[in-house]
Parts: sequence; structure tokens; C-alpha cells
Amino acid sequence: MSSHLWYASVVAMAIATPAICETAPKEVVYVEGAVEASLTGAPGNPEEGVRVMTTNALGNCVACHQIGALPDVEFPGTIAPPLDGAGDRWTEAQLRGIVANAKMTFEGTFMPAFYKVDGFVRPGDGFTGKAGAEPLAPILNAQQIEDVVAFLVTLKE
Amino acid sequence: MLRFTKTKGTLAATALGLALAGAAFADPVEDELVIEAEEGQVEIVTKTAPPAFLADTFDAIYSGWHFRDDTTRDLERDDFDNPAMVFVDRGLDKWNAAMGTGGESCASCHQGPESMAGLRAVMPRVDEKTGKLMIMEDYVNACVTERMGLEKWGVTSENMKDMLSLISLQSRGMAVNVKIDGPAAPYWEHGKEIYYTRYGQLEMSCANCHEDNNGQMIRADHLSQGQVNGFPTYRLKDSGMVTAQQRFVGCVRDTRAETFKAGSDDFKALELYVASRGNGLSVEGVSVRH
Repeated sequence: MSSHLWYASVVAMAIATPAICETAPKEVVYVEGAVEASLTGAPGNPEEGVRVMTTNALGNCVACHQIGALPDVEFPGTIAPPLDGAGDRWTEAQLRGIVANAKMTFEGTFMPAFYKVDGFVRPGDGFTGKAGAEPLAPILNAQQIEDVVAFLVTLKE
Repeated sequence: MLRFTKTKGTLAATALGLALAGAAFADPVEDELVIEAEEGQVEIVTKTAPPAFLADTFDAIYSGWHFRDDTTRDLERDDFDNPAMVFVDRGLDKWNAAMGTGGESCASCHQGPESMAGLRAVMPRVDEKTGKLMIMEDYVNACVTERMGLEKWGVTSENMKDMLSLISLQSRGMAVNVKIDGPAAPYWEHGKEIYYTRYGQLEMSCANCHEDNNGQMIRADHLSQGQVNGFPTYRLKDSGMVTAQQRFVGCVRDTRAETFKAGSDDFKALELYVASRGNGLSVEGVSVRH
């Protein structure tokens, strides 16, 4: 194998394989709902977190939550508590746990679990209405969860 | 908001406070619906006391009409403005068309469509002869196949929806009054179970949105009580008629779940249950939503 090809295959593997320190959905440890360690082993990017939270096809958090710090979001939902001051009310670990699987903090909450892959009733293949095979891909990946958490901790009143 | 009261440990007080703060938004619009029709004015009951089994759940039940904006509500006030009337007219053409293998039309047996008055108000119901739960689509298809000798119509086909529109209009203004006891009871219980089951990757039940959070906004959508007294409805978003069965498919799909099929036993049972939650509201004939 030429050194050029060898290099290419290393790059391909690096892309295909999650970072070595990434925590898979089934391996997340919740302590009273909170998740202490970063799912990626690194801090997230708050600007990217805003994109995840305001994009329909990603987190779409604004479908239910209002965020005073994001006044340009049109028609934020009213179903769930406003997120202003979330960074005061919760620790980073608690926020991570709530985003990953809020049901570990609020029993029976309406909020979907964004980092959960099985245990669903009639799991679907995305929004196709067809059957999906568990484990499903989580709604958000580890990096996206960390990006959202990185933004939420900045929401101080 | 019940969901947020079930918090654990020290988080409870904060979460409850926030949940209550969020509950003050966007109630159903106070308004009254009187439809200008060819035959005169038709008063529609769009708000009334809940059926007994929902007495502890709702103070009042509301047609989805109350949750739509002014423009959309106005479209339903006059048949000349109501885009669904086009489909009623198409249904009437089919009603009179000699489409059966023996040259039969619907009118050959049933005379005018007004002979269907009252039927929509009691559907779904258990058929006395077979003991099966029937939605309107089943009755139409029974005629299409058994009496006319045709291939059955698709549950959500244009033919079917045109015919449902025509038949439904004949009961406009009558109170929804589906039976939930006797032979209907097991079907009703099945529908109720579906209503409260949290499906799909989003783990959402019908009740999560339409019982716990009606009146709230989910992004730009105003969540209604999920009543089906207005169906079939002209849905502006789809520029066409939508049946309750179709809307169920759409809702369950939106939870990232494997849906049940339109016309399946499961969704028939759900339609019975959901219809019963609106017992006392008027059939709107053909409504307008967005």
C-alpha cells in the first residue's frame, strides 16, 4: 500500500469511527438525572448549539421553548418552560442529562429524549411513518448534545 | 401541565413554577359559528359541556375551529367561501353517476343524498348485522363492492373523500352522538388505549398534545383538543380534503413512529374514541382548517 493510500484510509476510518472518548447512548450514566462527563470528552460549541436548537430537522427546541436570548426566532412554542436563566437553575451536568433524556429528571415529561435509541413503542424510521429497527440513531448525536449544553449554560439572568 | 408536576427531588418546585407560568397562553378564541348556507343559516355548536367520561378532564370541549386564525375561521362561515364545497359537489356528481356494473348509482337505492342525514353524527358505529366496527368509509365500500360490483375504493382516495364530504354535509348542525357502550365498548377501550400510548422516538401520545397542552403553541401551530367533529376538513396546508383517518396517520408519523394504516382496525377504534370525546359538538359537515 502506498503511503498516500494508507493516509487516505486512516482519514476515512477517523471519519467513520466515533472519537474514542465518545459516550454511546446506551452507556450514558445518569445520576439523579444528571450526566457529569461530556459525551464527547470535550466542551461543545455554543454557536453551533443555537443552530441545533433552532433547526426543525435537528433539535427544534424552540418548537416548545421560548428563549429570550434568541429574539429572532419566529413563533417559539409555549408548551415548555422558557429557557431564560437555565444556566442559573441547573448545573452543566443537569442540563446535559435533561437534553439527553429528560425523563431521567422529570418522570413522564412530554420532552423527547434526544440521546436515546431503544425502548420505544412502534419506533419509526425517522418521519417516514415506516417501521424503524432499534437501536435507532439518536435524534441528536453526542457533539450536538454538547453544543446545545454549551449554549444552555450561557443562559444566565 | 400535569407532566411537569411529576418531578423528582429538589427540582420539583422550580419546574412546577415554570410550568404554571407557561400555562397562561393562547386559549381557544371565543367566537360563534353560524354558517350561511343555501338553505339558510345553520347554527353550529362549537363549544359545549364535555361528555361524562371527560368531566374531570375538560371544563368545555371545543371544535378545532376555535383554535384557527380569523381568516381560516371566516372561510367556514359561508358556503360560498368554503373551499370544501367543491368536493361536496364532486361527491354529488358521483352520487348520481351510473357507475355500478349493472348501471346503478348511489341514487338508485338511496334517492337523494339527504337520505343520509344523521348518519355522520353516529359514526363510527358497530354494525348490527356483523358486529364489526364501521367507519363511514366501510359503508361506502360495502356499497361500491357488494351492490355495484366494483373494486373497492382506497380509504383515502379522491372518490372516497368526495363521497364522505357529501354524506357528512347532510348531518351538518346535528350533535355528534356516537355510542360507546354495549357492543361498542371493547372497540372504544381499544381506541382509548391508543389515545394514551406514547408512540415513536418522540414518545408522544394523542393526549400529550391534545389533552395536556391544548391551547398552547407548538411553534406556530395552536394545539387544539384534537376533535374530529369537523372532519372531513379542507386543509389549507394540503389544498385538499383530509379525513380523520388521514390525520391520524400524519400525527402518529410526526412522533417518529411506525403509523397504523388508514382504515386499520386500530385507527377505526381510535376514530370511535376520538369522536366520542366530541359527543355534543355539531357535525360541521365539511370544515376548514390549516
